[in-house]
Amino acid sequence: MNIRIENMEGVTVLFVREDRLDANNSEELKTELNRLFDNGAVDVVIDLKEILFIDSSGLGVLVSGYKNSSTRHGSLKLSSLQSQVKSMFELTRLHRVFDIFTTVDDALQSYR
Amino acid sequence: MRSDFNIDIRLPAHTRCLRMISRIGEKVAQEVECSEALHEILPGQLAVVLTEGVVNAIKHAGNSAPAEDIHVRIDVADHNLMIRIYDSGRGFDLDSVPSPCFTSNGIAEKGRGVFILRSLMDTVKYTRSADGNVLEMQKSLK
Repeated sequence: MNIRIENMEGVTVLFVREDRLDANNSEELKTELNRLFDNGAVDVVIDLKEILFIDSSGLGVLVSGYKNSSTRHGSLKLSSLQSQVKSMFELTRLHRVFDIFTTVDDALQSYR
Repeated sequence: MRSDFNIDIRLPAHTRCLRMISRIGEKVAQEVECSEALHEILPGQLAVVLTEGVVNAIKHAGNSAPAEDIHVRIDVADHNLMIRIYDSGRGFDLDSVPSPCFTSNGIAEKGRGVFILRSLMDTVKYTRSADGNVLEMQKSLK
């Protein structure tokens, strides 16, 4: 999986450079998130700008990251959801769970 | 646009086929006759439904090596869409899958697949038999 990771203002930001987050690749994101949490990450933003399709496996991995972050007294936030991805969050009510922002900058602003 | 048609697909039981089955779902949705409103959302819905259904079949396809192909059949007739996804594994009980969204035990990581299928299709049924199992999902196109 192609992911760019940056530390911005103390927040770990993951730019997922794939067009799909599904049962074929979501475990790779989970492994990467777990590695980051094991290495001390607390606050995490996942930018989904390039993701055009997400399934229940992809949603499950984001929930896993959200719970991992909460356990460490941090928060995992999302940015740049495309319309079809957004509708999957709404269908599964996960838009009520996650803090979702239009841009990474907006997400970073929320930590200040 | 086509009024009635059917498609039979056999896919290797591997998640790398998910992109292909999603695309087939989108193409089918573009071909069916339905309202303008449904026409706009149906491609995305069928991409998700077929992905979730095939993942489910892969999970329950058994441990035989090599795994048997996944068989998908799509029928469009009389403004009705029927998707059947066959697997030859041990199967599962559709009703035993809890809704993931409203548990008192926090947010569940798994179990959203069946919830998504039930939300996007009109009826969802899973039948187990000695000859194989079938996930049947129907949606009215009226």
